[in-house]
Amino acid sequence: MIKRFAAVAALSFLGLAGCGPSEPATSGAPVGAQRLSATQYRQMISDVFGPDIKLGGRFEPGIRKNGLLAVGASAVSMSSAGFEQYDIIARTVAGQVVDAKHRDLLIPCKPADVKKPDPKCGTEVLTKYGRLLFRRPPTEKELAGPIAIANQAAEAKDDFYAGLSYGLAELLDSPNFIFRKDIAEPDPSDKTKLRLTAYSKASRLSFFLWNAGPDEELLKAAAAGDLDSKSGLSKQVDRMLASPRLESGVRAFFIDFLDFDQFDSLAKDATIYPVFGQKVAHDAQEQTLRTAIDLLVTQKGDYRDLFTTRKTFLTRNLGVVYQVPVASESAWEPHEFAADDPHAGILTQLSFTELHSHPGRSSSTLRGKAVREILLCQVVPSPPANVNFTVVQDTNNPNFKTARDRLTAHRTEATCAGCHKIMDPIGLGLENFDGVGQFRSTENGAAIDPSGEIDGIKFSDSASLGHAIHDNPSATACLSNSLYRYAAGRDFDPGERDWQKYLGEQFAASGYKLPDLMKTIATSDAFYAVRASGNAVREAQR
Amino acid sequence: MSFDFSRRRVLRGMMGGGAVTLALPFLDCFLNTNGTALAGGRPLPVRFGTWNWGLGMNSQRWIPTKLGADYDLLPELKYIEAHKSQINVFSGFKAFLDGKPNLPHISGMQAVRAGGVAPSMQNPMDIPTIDVLVGDVIGTDTRFRSLEMTSTGDPKHSYSYRSANGFNPAEVSPVALYTRIFGPEFQDPNAADFKPDPAVMLRKSVLTGVTEQREDFLKQLGQADRTRMDEYFTSVRQLEQQLELQLQKPPPAEACHIFAKPADGPTGTEIGVAMANHKLMAEILAMALACNQTKVFNVVFSDSASSLRMPGEQMIHHLMTHEEPVDKDLGYQPKATYFVERSMEAWALFVATLANIKEGDGTLLDRCLVMGHSDTEYARIHSISGIPVMTAGSAGGRIKTGIHVSAVGEPITRIGFTLQQVMGVPVEKWGQGSMQTSKPVSEILI
Repeated sequence: MIKRFAAVAALSFLGLAGCGPSEPATSGAPVGAQRLSATQYRQMISDVFGPDIKLGGRFEPGIRKNGLLAVGASAVSMSSAGFEQYDIIARTVAGQVVDAKHRDLLIPCKPADVKKPDPKCGTEVLTKYGRLLFRRPPTEKELAGPIAIANQAAEAKDDFYAGLSYGLAELLDSPNFIFRKDIAEPDPSDKTKLRLTAYSKASRLSFFLWNAGPDEELLKAAAAGDLDSKSGLSKQVDRMLASPRLESGVRAFFIDFLDFDQFDSLAKDATIYPVFGQKVAHDAQEQTLRTAIDLLVTQKGDYRDLFTTRKTFLTRNLGVVYQVPVASESAWEPHEFAADDPHAGILTQLSFTELHSHPGRSSSTLRGKAVREILLCQVVPSPPANVNFTVVQDTNNPNFKTARDRLTAHRTEATCAGCHKIMDPIGLGLENFDGVGQFRSTENGAAIDPSGEIDGIKFSDSASLGHAIHDNPSATACLSNSLYRYAAGRDFDPGERDWQKYLGEQFAASGYKLPDLMKTIATSDAFYAVRASGNAVREAQR
Repeated sequence: MSFDFSRRRVLRGMMGGGAVTLALPFLDCFLNTNGTALAGGRPLPVRFGTWNWGLGMNSQRWIPTKLGADYDLLPELKYIEAHKSQINVFSGFKAFLDGKPNLPHISGMQAVRAGGVAPSMQNPMDIPTIDVLVGDVIGTDTRFRSLEMTSTGDPKHSYSYRSANGFNPAEVSPVALYTRIFGPEFQDPNAADFKPDPAVMLRKSVLTGVTEQREDFLKQLGQADRTRMDEYFTSVRQLEQQLELQLQKPPPAEACHIFAKPADGPTGTEIGVAMANHKLMAEILAMALACNQTKVFNVVFSDSASSLRMPGEQMIHHLMTHEEPVDKDLGYQPKATYFVERSMEAWALFVATLANIKEGDGTLLDRCLVMGHSDTEYARIHSISGIPVMTAGSAGGRIKTGIHVSAVGEPITRIGFTLQQVMGVPVEKWGQGSMQTSKPVSEILI
């Protein structure tokens, strides 16, 4: 390993590498296990058994750690009530795979007698699906259980297919399916060290780029050892980045990054905001995701432009809220807001303004906090427990008609000023958008002043706020850091500081192109590096 | 590959309701099975549950002025009048922070339910909550180890934790709750005949196969991940135990009378919707208890930073507690107080629902011990010095009821410690730091 780094460094020095600075060495992370997200689980079932297979249960909610559900996925276990539901899903899925409608398509062999166990055919089926569900070939020991129960159940029920469903259910209930567990092996170049197995690399890569399990080609590449070489890995990464499935991966990242899971419990008062409904909430998320994918993947644009772009996509439901005519009754239509329109960038989209508001009114504080914490990856301290808001927050107080009036008064309280001055002046730039994101020019009869300030940069309205975020270096650092943490399912290790800096530099050098950043991560050594504990090394060597 | 199968899950003479060799207990060190299946002549079970509402109360309108028995009822507590004799009120007990910050709506919950100091906003509970501790002792011989539900519509509104690795998510729909309990897998304990379902036996065998993967799966993982994954295997084992129970004839339950599945309706935080769903869930839960489907439950009427709201109102309950001016004449925040009173109305309804079911020579409530509590005393300032706590039911005559206990400045963990001992948890002391206690609330002990 040392020799390889020395060689790369020498090439860089001679200007032969031609790729800028080389990747800094990292300490790697211990092997871990991430629970599949609900989306990943659904996608795997769809990929393995077909999109018409229904699940029939609910998933245990995830936990957000340091801003990302993907990081929380490495820290969650599963409650007994949660597993009860996963078992329902497993049985529901397994039952459909073997039913009369699907068996001819999904069961690759025919039993000699449909009323009896057929160990040969059962083994073939369970071996095939074990490999796809576990994302690697299962061991003989791992298959013994499902095969045995399939045979027992077939005998008990006088039905080969019914028996097979129990074997499939055991595969689906297995932690090897529900959790993405890393498996390490001794590094051939240094037996005292570990490296991820090729199948673990394939899994890591596939869930990062596609939010799905490895496809057949990637599994074959893993089996052939291609992923252990730089060229083989790059070939697969290039293939995956060029695939339409990249859109699913980018979509999953932004759903996590932008806290869109909060939409699941978003409520608005129907009297105050009759325009709001579940369809609007759904389309609001979709609008932002389509905007991001078009700009970053289709156009290969600059990530920072996400905060300023006037190009987006609308449905008629959204058109009602944006007050924009949408010709199509049900389809998405591209739309570009005029240069003098207050809508510019994702901060002015409903997915941001309505998600970061109260059920009955807007909130400059919540919006400012979301910009700081979500888009700039900064920490806003918890509010002090003993705060008196009452005088300044009374919306009926004739002295404080607008949110700016109320918050300005609030910030005069010393205990509140420290945090509110880093949130409110950002959120005030979005006060032209009410609690569901509808444009308004007045509040309680007084004109709204949408000017504000962020990190010393003054802005005059929502559009110029977007420009201020566009130019804020924390926004791009936040994206590159979050993308890596999302991909790795963990926070940065102290031994990865140089790597973290390198990622930011590579992102800048690419012109803040998201696919390029994804490629940098996916082809890096750091992404696959594992740190060996003595215990892990011993177990891997067995 | 060999198909010989000599593992512990082999079923002998399995089908048709014959004798069954059940799997050896696995991970029972976590599960602490201390009971046998219900059998004829066995005393009726005692159940434990929690009932939570967010954002406290107004102490001058809630705390009885009289101590001990026959306490008086002020306006916010008048709703419990019909069942006052079965409800204890605890006031003045304090959550200590030991120098750590008061994390709004989190620190109080951690103190009451887990006896600890909340580590962070992101990591609200890092030690087991009281329902889990009690459930590990009494909840192992029922179909469900515990049932969680909330009337807010958000499954994340649950305060039942085994560790920081996750929580027991709440059911949000009465229909889903009903179906989970009384759906096709429900075995009527009063049915004339019983025949073990061969499919249940096979399902149990599937789960045995999963738990047998434990040793291999834990390989290479660090200690924290091993612990985390052991929680997963424990959950698998718990479902396996549930299935074991379904292979045995349930003892008759005279109070078990199943009603029809409720109609599907909306869920959410609008107060009318939440009240309606809470009522349905209380009825479903009461019947689940009467039918011996679980002995442990957690009901969240409103989340700790209550998101309940009134139609047409800009502010949710939480915002009201901070932003609504105190009415100078009334001396309290009228809109926020509306939600306190609705919460107490709901608590009274919950208690009445248990009390309305006759069981043995008493009622279901008599054989329950329900801890009703909030997260703060006065939410406007997030005060955690006197978080309101109540108990309902006597746990089968194990405690006195109808008593008001005030212990200003005493650690609030004394309540949870007492309830654990009452429920048979072998605990000599409970709580972290300044909240560690070995002193029960003797006023309610018999």
